Amino acid sequence: MKLDQAARALLLKEFVSGFILAMKYFFKPKATINYPFEMGHRGPRFRGEHALRRYPNGEERCIACKLCEAVCPAQAITIEAGPRRNDGTRRTTRYDIDMVKCIYCGLCQEACPVDAIVEGPNMEFSVETREELLYDKNKLLENGERWEREIARNIRRDAPYR
Amino acid sequence: MDLFLSLALVVGKSLLMIVLLLIYIAYALYADRKVWAAVQLRRGPNVVGPWGLLQSFADLLKFVLKEPVIPASANKGLFLLAPLLTAVLALASWGVIPLSDGWAIANINVGVLYIFAISSLGVYGIIIGGWASNSKYPFLGALRSAAQMVSYEVSLGFVIVTVLMCAGSLNLSRIVMAQDTALGLLGWYWLPLFPMFVIFFVSAMAETNRPPFDLPEAESELVAGFAVEYSSTPYLLFMLGEYVAIMTMCALGTILFLGGWLSPIPFPPFTWVPGIVWFVVKASFLFFMIAIVKAMVPRYRYDQLMRLGWKVFLPLSLFMVVLVAAVLKLTGLAPGVAQ
Repeated sequence: MKLDQAARALLLKEFVSGFILAMKYFFKPKATINYPFEMGHRGPRFRGEHALRRYPNGEERCIACKLCEAVCPAQAITIEAGPRRNDGTRRTTRYDIDMVKCIYCGLCQEACPVDAIVEGPNMEFSVETREELLYDKNKLLENGERWEREIARNIRRDAPYR
Repeated sequence: MDLFLSLALVVGKSLLMIVLLLIYIAYALYADRKVWAAVQLRRGPNVVGPWGLLQSFADLLKFVLKEPVIPASANKGLFLLAPLLTAVLALASWGVIPLSDGWAIANINVGVLYIFAISSLGVYGIIIGGWASNSKYPFLGALRSAAQMVSYEVSLGFVIVTVLMCAGSLNLSRIVMAQDTALGLLGWYWLPLFPMFVIFFVSAMAETNRPPFDLPEAESELVAGFAVEYSSTPYLLFMLGEYVAIMTMCALGTILFLGGWLSPIPFPPFTWVPGIVWFVVKASFLFFMIAIVKAMVPRYRYDQLMRLGWKVFLPLSLFMVVLVAAVLKLTGLAPGVAQ
């Protein structure tokens, strides 16, 4: 046994087999994707950057029910409501999300009765200062406009499972 | 005037050598990371320049532009001297390495001794760096590093002695010429001295603090060993010194065991290829082996490292010295003592 072990050590058995294994892996296709240039798959339920949506006629969906504010476990959402000037309907006068506090749990999206606040597919919204991550209503509506096609498609694709 | 001319020639040659060596090392670093990545199914650096080829230069720029932090309690002079010492000593050993027939800056008769002395001095850079940081972790890291480098130098010395006995000279060019036989590839010393070649390879990795013997700086466990307090250009110089030392070991392995600039197949179509090409190919092969070992072998524990150095390699290489000497004497193959 002892001799056996010594012979194997001297002949570098482990080293040679390790080398062969390493060379096998060396020529295998890479497991990683070339990230900044190609994106991995993201499912329709992907919870990325928030957006406030509008109806196709341009009307805001949000009715300031504050369910998202209530459900938010990180208390990242702040809403102030009031009657809108021209027709007196209840709307938000302020809708802020602190993206630094947000834990991207998706509960706001689940709670929303009118599909107004959603988490879109965008995950590349890093910024250079903290202040830029305190989103206000304008920013969220802008996101809604920018990502509407993807968001609508994701909701449609996910609908059968809801 | 004549003296001035020859001096200028040597300076020019040295500058050319340093520039080419540093460019080669920039790509060796890149290759090192690529090999490591490939074994782990990653892509490695691929953003800076085409296929990431300029990554090393971007890193260089980053190091140079960063702020060098010098600890308040450090001995400033020694703190800055240490990385310089490491880098300069590592570069100095390239003065005697023959890249092709007669292509050595200084073709001195005791080339092996010179390289050995210079690479041993490299320990001072580490010890001084660890001590001058005036902080406990760099100091402990330096002690570990120095202990490791000193232990493996002993067996490395015996390995070189066996080659010297076969070649009958301390001159690096002569050692290469002694391997120039009709057998080509099979006549080089790696085959008759195979166990010594393996010991040389492993000791070279331990000597240069390469994985799996990189426990002085074990980046996944410790911070950076003796280099904890270093940043910016001083750190770059340490890194540079380390990689130059690795390339020195690759070149030394090429000269001692892989026939230096000789063609592996000793007849015309292959002997027409310039010697420098063969030299670079062989040194790169050794570097590739060192790089892939990093990817496939787990790190040694400190006591295992010391056991391997003192209880396995030292007796083994000592025994081989006696064996080789006896074989050479009995068979009458021993070369006459060359000039």
